[in-house]
Amino acid sequence: MKKSELPQDAGHLANFTREVCYVKNEEGKYQAELSVGWEVKSDALDNAWGDIEDRIKEARTDVKNGKLSPIAYFMELELMDFVVLSGHTGFWKWSIKRHRKPAVFAKLSDKKLLKYADAFSITLEELKKPNI
Amino acid sequence: MTEPLAFGIGSGLFYIHIPFMTVNNGPAISFRTMPGAIFKRTCKALGVKMESRKFKSHDEAQKVLDNLLQRGIPVGCQVGVFHLIYFPKAYRFHFNAHNLIVFGEEDGKYLISDPIMETTTTLLPDELEKVRFAKGALAPKGRINYALSAAAISNAQLRSAIKSGIKRNCRDMLHIPGNIAGVKGINYTAKKIEGWRDKLGEKQAALHLGQIVRMQEEIGTGGGGFRFLYAAFLDQASEIMNNDKLLLVSDKISKAGDLWRDSALQMSGIFKGRLNSQKDYIDSANLMREISAVEKDAFQQLSKIKL
Repeated sequence: MKKSELPQDAGHLANFTREVCYVKNEEGKYQAELSVGWEVKSDALDNAWGDIEDRIKEARTDVKNGKLSPIAYFMELELMDFVVLSGHTGFWKWSIKRHRKPAVFAKLSDKKLLKYADAFSITLEELKKPNI
Repeated sequence: MTEPLAFGIGSGLFYIHIPFMTVNNGPAISFRTMPGAIFKRTCKALGVKMESRKFKSHDEAQKVLDNLLQRGIPVGCQVGVFHLIYFPKAYRFHFNAHNLIVFGEEDGKYLISDPIMETTTTLLPDELEKVRFAKGALAPKGRINYALSAAAISNAQLRSAIKSGIKRNCRDMLHIPGNIAGVKGINYTAKKIEGWRDKLGEKQAALHLGQIVRMQEEIGTGGGGFRFLYAAFLDQASEIMNNDKLLLVSDKISKAGDLWRDSALQMSGIFKGRLNSQKDYIDSANLMREISAVEKDAFQQLSKIKL
């Protein structure tokens, strides 16, 4: 990439930082140059966040309709997959899958629920009766 | 020492598509070797004594860090970015292979040099602890890397380090068995892309392409999936080794970097919804096959240069 071709499309990094890119200068030598961003990248990032919002919305509906327990909703809200949540709570993936069922969730002890609440940085009450 | 030199000596350029694994619900693809490995190799080649540690205990992790700082040793920490408070919100995913340097302590705060930030920044001890012990895939487990001695590097040492770095990178790109790593890995992804639209549906398929673009062009790559950074390395190496043939390969890697950028642009047509036919996915795949061929040619030429 030539120095003159380096995109400067202000996006998510604006007012935070600029990124280092390696470009060829007029003498054909490589040098580091700062860029405020590239539209293609911002679009990819926006697209990813759009999907996250859709997933949260879907989880919210499923929890409201009694299809899934609040754990499913907070997982999406905190962008967590099973590996991340398992790391925080110490539960196996298959346990978490079970705990995502409303009937199983309703019988969980406060001790177990507290592990989830801590992982999601919320209170026990918020986990039991999520405001969604 | 420059960033391109350290990257090239540590044989940083790579490509791998790990099958059956997902990262943030998308494909697991990397354009470079793990940063810890690059650091280790570079230090070894330059005769710099370094150590690397992981921790079970959070207290122990902080004690060791404080002790090193008191001795005036800057410490590289692997961290997760989800809870990294100074990061722009839009970048905060559960991504655990980020690295920053802690270089001191002031008023109860750690002084941080983060490659993403233009200026130095700070973190409170509990904020740093949280990111050092982030959870999920590639969890950092408090990992630190640090150099203990940094004697002056002789020219002969530098030349031999460049030579071994190039040799190992040729091996990694050309000769790893299987079809998921190196230039063959790029073709592997190309083949997968052709099936995504039918298998996953338009929305997920487009998100998968977006993930490739993000991995490829993320901050720190220098653009074009680290290809420009490696071209810059060959550029500098040609001067140090006094060998113009390296410049010719640098041009080819530049070409690959430009093609990666073209590919990102083409893929953005898909994830922005402007393009959505199967033919567009085939176009993406074919562009990647072209890149694979260019990189194969470049590394074959590189492996034949007598250094």
